[in-house]
Formats: sequence, structure tokens, C-alpha cells
Amino acid sequence: MDLVQKNLLEQVAGLHEIPEGAYNIRANGKRVAGNSTANIEIVQKTDKDGIDIIIKPGTVNESVHIPVLLSESGMQDSVYNDFYIGEGADVTIVAGCGIHNCGVDTSKHDGIHTFYLEKNAKVRYVERHYGEGDGNGENIMNPETVVHLKEGAHMEMETTQIKGIDSTIRVTRGDLAEGASLEIHEKIMTHGKQYAKTDFMVDLNGDNSSVNLVSRSVAKGESKQEFFSIMNGNGACAGHSECDAIIMDHACVTASPQLTANNIDANLIHEAAIGKIAGEQLIKLMTLGLTEKEAEEQIINGFLK
Amino acid sequence: MLELRNITYEVEDNHDNKGILKDVSLNIDEHFVAITGPNGGGKSTLAKIIAGIIKPTSGQILLDGEDITDLDITERAKHGISYAFQQPVHFKGLTVKDLITIAAGKEMNVSEICEILSEVGLCAREYIDREINGSLSGGELKRIEIAMITARGTKLSIFDEPEAGIDLWSFNSLIKVFEKMRDEIQGTILIISHQERILDIADKIVVIADGRVKTIGTKEDVLPELLHTAETCQTLVEKI
Repeated sequence: MDLVQKNLLEQVAGLHEIPEGAYNIRANGKRVAGNSTANIEIVQKTDKDGIDIIIKPGTVNESVHIPVLLSESGMQDSVYNDFYIGEGADVTIVAGCGIHNCGVDTSKHDGIHTFYLEKNAKVRYVERHYGEGDGNGENIMNPETVVHLKEGAHMEMETTQIKGIDSTIRVTRGDLAEGASLEIHEKIMTHGKQYAKTDFMVDLNGDNSSVNLVSRSVAKGESKQEFFSIMNGNGACAGHSECDAIIMDHACVTASPQLTANNIDANLIHEAAIGKIAGEQLIKLMTLGLTEKEAEEQIINGFLK
Repeated sequence: MLELRNITYEVEDNHDNKGILKDVSLNIDEHFVAITGPNGGGKSTLAKIIAGIIKPTSGQILLDGEDITDLDITERAKHGISYAFQQPVHFKGLTVKDLITIAAGKEMNVSEICEILSEVGLCAREYIDREINGSLSGGELKRIEIAMITARGTKLSIFDEPEAGIDLWSFNSLIKVFEKMRDEIQGTILIISHQERILDIADKIVVIADGRVKTIGTKEDVLPELLHTAETCQTLVEKI
């Protein structure tokens, strides 16, 4: 790996070197390194680009890193990764994509991740998106995450996109069986003329299933963000989604929730708040000695922390 | 220390100019000064004018002889003015530790923050990572607001009705915080309050009513008159 790729790796996976344990590093459309362990098997797909990650039942306290790096301008990459998490396993999966585009062509990465969680399996899934480059080429990422949760399975998903992605459509689909739970925390910051769309749809099929979706975003400059969330309560379930956005400059944010209760015991809530930074927050921090700009930075940092 | 010269503040109300503060002149040199008076009399406006949040229509503000009338909020803060809000502001994501650190203007370790929080009766272990939001009670938010002011340790600290919006139990321990502050803190404390127990520990009491300074004096001069002349509605008196 060269320096550019190492830097991207640090940004998206917090890794300085090749990680321990199971991993698969993909750079510019090709696998450059990978490792399976006794409990986690990584298999290259033969019919299309991507890998199968197979985690044995009962595997606990292990992690998988699968970063994707794009450092050639104009690179267009699509990848299909399927995760099979065995019954009772409890693992952390870190995925992410870093683009360094110093040319004028569009770099694009579409990652389609499908998770199959068996009964009582637990996954913490961390996904980071980062773009950089000094050229005029666009950085585009369209991640799609599909989650199938069997009885009692639990998945936590943290997605972060703070810098450098010009256009993103992030699609999340989920279905939950009895007692399954899904927790999603999304953080997005856009600037310039960037565009980000969140498209979320989940079916709460089983009784006692629950979903909590929390999205916090900051839209600066002339950027545009859209937040669509659909929750279908088909069982005696609990669903909560929250979209909290700060707009600045000439940015635009749309929040469009849709809740459908098909069961008398479905309990679904959506909260959405969009607005500029409250004047009194700025004033408070200024009375502590910060300038208006410093106060703004502190408020945004805290909000996206 | 602080001198207000002919401070006037007017707002437009139905095309008329309404005077909120009318030619207020005041010298504050004592250690602990309380401002009191009826609601709507202009007390909070005066505090905001000192902190730079509101610009007066006319008049001058001097801090240690320096004219600070044209300085903005940040510059006044850097000149040594702190202001505790009557309604503490909520921040999504910012924690007690973040705000105390910002207030102190330097990185602080846990034991330093613990020292400051214990001054206002909060246990650092329980509060240091809490977000400044609605999950904290009114009394807790007030204490954190006060802790920020002590973390700054400036030469002038203004508190706008610290007792407003808190329950009686919190109030009793809050009074103790101010009694302790009076005894231990250097610099001048300017506190807007309706509470007799706060007025009781003040070196000087200023009564502001209808936008003007009505009385200035020690508690011996001001308190008896204040308690005696409080206007009560006749109907209410008869009911009692």
C-alpha cells in the first residue's frame, strides 16, 4: 500500500497497519490483502465482485475489518458483500470506504452489504465514509445495507460521513423477527454543493421487535440532504426514528417520515427537527469567551460527536 | 469597578418608543451586589447590557475605567465579565465536561473539574459526561450554569435570578453555594434576585423599578422599606 492508501485506511477504519484477526482490504477494485481466522471465514465470490463473510455460531469478541480504498481518479467500483452471522455470535464489523480523487474524473463506490443474523446473534457494524482530493473529480458513494434479523438477534449500526463525498444515496432495508432489535446511528455533514440522501425502510414483523433510528446531520453551504424513513409495524413492536438537522448558509434539508401500523399493538414514533443553530447557544458560548465562529464549531462538533 | 453612565434602552412598540431602561447610572465597587425590584422593571435587560448581549440606545459602560460600550460579547468576556443565564441553554451533544473546559479556557483534568462541580454540590463522577439537555433537572442545569462562571473566575460575575425555576430543596442548597462564593471568591458578584436570603448577604442592594434606579443602599437601608411597601392587590389581601 502507498501513503495515500494508508491515509485513507486510517480515516475509514482507524487502522495504521494491516489489522489482526479477520480482514479483507480492497483497493482500486482489487483485493490487496485478506485473512480468515478459525471462526471467521472470508471467501471471494466467484459470480460477481465481493466476498462472503461467514461467522461460526457462538463466536464472541472477534472483529472483522473490510475497508475499501479508491485512490485512482475515475475508478468506478461496485461490490457485494454478504455476512452470515451464526447463532449466538457476538462480533464487531468495521467497514468503510475512502476515496482519494486528485483527477478530474468521477470516482464511485457502490457497496451492497447484506447481513443474515441467525437467532440471538449480535453485531456491531461501524461504517465510515470519507473522501479527499485536490482535483475537480466527483466522489460518489452509494452504500446499501440489507439486514435480516432472526428471533432475538440484535444489530447496532453506526454510519458516519463527515467529509468529501459529493453525492451519496444510502439505502437501508431491514426485516425483524420476534424479539429482534435494530439500532442505527447516522451522522452526516455536507458542504459546498454536496447531496446526501438517506432512504430507510424496515418491516417490524415479529412481536417485541424494535427499531431505533437516530440521524443527526449538518448541512452547510449550498448542500442538500433528504431523509426518508418508512417503518411498518406488522407485529406488537416498537419503532422510533429521529431526524435532527442543523442547516446553515443556503443549505436545504427535507425530512419525510412514514409510519404504518398494521397491528393494534404497534407503537411507532417519529421526531424530526430542522433548524439553524439557536442564537442563545451561540450567545452562551460567546459569554464564555469564544468568538461566534469558534462557538459554531463547538456546537457542530458536539452535535455530531 | 463597573460604572454605568446614563444607560437608556428603548424598543419600538406599536410605532412608539418604549423605554425599558431610563437614564440608569450606577457604580458597582462592592464585593457582593444584589439587584432587585418588580418583574418587568428592567433588571435582566441591564444584566444583558453589561454582558454585551443587548446594545443600549445611549449611555456608557466602564469596566475599571475603560469604556467597554462598543465591545461585543466575546471581547467583554475576555475583559473579565461572566454572565449566568436565567434560563440555562440546552446543547445537544455538548457535555458538562465540554462546557466547563470551554469556560475555563484550558484543558482540565477530571480532578480539576471535580473540584469545580463539587463547589456547586454536584458529584463529578455522575455529571461529567452528561449532555446539557432536558435530561437534567432545572436545579442541575442552574448549578452547572454557576459552575461555568466559577470555572472562569473572572473579576465580574453576573447571575440573573439563579433561584428562578428551581424547587425549594434545590433553592436551600443554592443559597449555601452563594454564601460560600461570597466568602471565598475574589472579584465582584452582581446578582439579580427576589430572594430575601440572597439580599440578606449583599453588601449593597439596588432596587430597579419601571426602568429606573429607585433606591441604592445597604440591606439595613433598603430591606425594611422593600418588605414594607410591597404593593399587594387589595382583593388578594382581603382573601388572605
